[in-house]
Amino acid sequence: MMHIRTSDRYNITALRSLVTNILSLASGILVISLVFLCVGVNPVFAITEIFSGSFGSFYGFKETLTKAIPLILIGSGLTLAFRAKFWNIGAEGQLLMGATFSTWVALAWGAYLPSYLLVPLMFFAGFIGGAVWGIIPAVLKIKYSINEVVSTLMLNYICAEFLTMLIVGPWKGSDRFGFPGTDNFPAAAVLGVIPGSRIHYATLILAMICAVILSVIIYKTRFGYEARVVGENPEAGKYAGINFLKTSLILMAISGGLAGLAGVGEVAGIHHYLGYPASVSSGYGFTAIIVAWLAKLNPLYAVFSGIFFAGILVGGDAIQISLGLPAATVEIVNGTLLIFLIMGDFFLKHKVRLVFSKT
Amino acid sequence: MEDIIISTLQRTMVAGTPLLLATTGEIICERSGILNLGVEGMMAVGAVMAFIVTITTGQPWLGVLAALITGIVISMIHAFASITLQANQVVSGLALTMLGLGLSGMLGKPYVGKPLTIKMDNIAIPFLSDIPWLGKIFFNQSPFFYLAIILAFASWFFLERTRLGIQIRSTGENPKATETQGVNIFLIRYVSVLIGGAFSGLAGAHLSISYSKSWIEGMTAGRGWIAIALTIFALWNPGRAIWASFLFGGIFVVQYLMQPMGISPNFLAMLPYFATLLILLIISFRDPRRLNAPAMLAEPYKRGER
Repeated sequence: MMHIRTSDRYNITALRSLVTNILSLASGILVISLVFLCVGVNPVFAITEIFSGSFGSFYGFKETLTKAIPLILIGSGLTLAFRAKFWNIGAEGQLLMGATFSTWVALAWGAYLPSYLLVPLMFFAGFIGGAVWGIIPAVLKIKYSINEVVSTLMLNYICAEFLTMLIVGPWKGSDRFGFPGTDNFPAAAVLGVIPGSRIHYATLILAMICAVILSVIIYKTRFGYEARVVGENPEAGKYAGINFLKTSLILMAISGGLAGLAGVGEVAGIHHYLGYPASVSSGYGFTAIIVAWLAKLNPLYAVFSGIFFAGILVGGDAIQISLGLPAATVEIVNGTLLIFLIMGDFFLKHKVRLVFSKT
Repeated sequence: MEDIIISTLQRTMVAGTPLLLATTGEIICERSGILNLGVEGMMAVGAVMAFIVTITTGQPWLGVLAALITGIVISMIHAFASITLQANQVVSGLALTMLGLGLSGMLGKPYVGKPLTIKMDNIAIPFLSDIPWLGKIFFNQSPFFYLAIILAFASWFFLERTRLGIQIRSTGENPKATETQGVNIFLIRYVSVLIGGAFSGLAGAHLSISYSKSWIEGMTAGRGWIAIALTIFALWNPGRAIWASFLFGGIFVVQYLMQPMGISPNFLAMLPYFATLLILLIISFRDPRRLNAPAMLAEPYKRGER
């Protein structure tokens, strides 16, 4: 007889964690290859195309870095929320709210303020916008025990409709030829880019700094410890006198605020106006969930996993053009990789052996 | 005026049908202690498979069957990850939604914008459909409507009165004690998740071959997520899910009714999502012990753990 026997693994080394992650991603890619085979696409070609499109060329890598900016910002913010088991699925809405708030600042004050005052003010407004949109589900969860997955998602839809309402209505610009969208931002509100690319470096630097600050918060401060206790052992947290409402409010303000910053980067660094929700963000809020998970909820690792998944987004665009695959392909790739990543956790936490015994 | 009221209520029933199907399925699944947030994705794949099979074979019922099977197959992923591998159910469900939306987009690409000419006829129930008002609203509906209602009642009976139903519920409340009674927890949970998947597939089939008779990417429009909220609102009881779903169907219909009144369509589109939050808020004022949530919801079960 053959049995599968599992037992707990107690010491998990960083190396084992890394190897497990790589193996999970590899098996995910194997399954994605099967999907490609089914739709009649050569999987080796498609997957090479994804990675050469994003990391293989100078142009591709510049695009990858550009898309990594929002993913690093949101992903590192999510590591904090997920550590407290606060399932913030609303980063997409928080990003849009940040974009909306900063657009208001840019259009209302852009003509009067110099760039060195206006840009920080826009980032500040964006942070507040995202934070406000993030605090709502925190209050709903702690005060009224409303499931945060449902509430953050509903707020995504509400925010997207609210933004559309603004750009087809009161905020509709006069230089858009009748298409919905605000006027172009004044020059002072536009973020500088590295010449020859779309990398708005101010946001990139901000994202790196945020990742570092967050890892200090998580590993070195009392608040970070409390957030982890809230997630891992809420009963103990209650006896230790941790204020759940305060902790959740702060961590969602940070998580939402970072998503808001990402929104500022997108409108001020890339689009230079506020358009339809789907054009402001190409699902960064959802991809960032996988970024946080691949990073093992460590904000510093989120920098690398952010760049990796930005590469998949860029490579996904590349195979859309070269192989004629639909835009949804990227979602399949992302969903599959996430499933394999969480499945891999089992093999990280357990020893699995095949045991042969006489019957 | 009479016509408007009748047609509004009739459309309310139509709009509530997919919500009821998906909610009933999720209730069975959650009662066993497994939270499946993949409803949106399973619905989307169900919708696209139903549409493809119906348009190629010309047989809507084959389409329904395809959606049912697709729902079961795709929910297997969540079952394996969350039951066998004890993975985090929130993240696994989200991954399932991403995968489902992606797959539906890819499979449905060649079918976007094609109208479905094969109709699934409404069934007029003899005698009952002749009742003024009520006849038109309740007894001259698509087969999906009757199916949803019957399945909801059947699920209530199943959960409350049958042996397997009781095993499902006690698995969600106290898997350890249930296992000592000789019940296979893993099997029970697998069955419940797959039943939930089948229901979500059906809900998707209704959307693509009966409700809108076409396929558009993202046509589920958050209905799967609303179903998850309705599960809470219905206090995990399929009987209550019936009126909860049709209440929400009404909110979907009211949008279109109010559009000619000059209210921003985007504002109206927010209504179902606002209503979801509002209803969860109202529910929260109840005594939490009477909320009826399965005690071990979203807790992985480990055999032999103390």
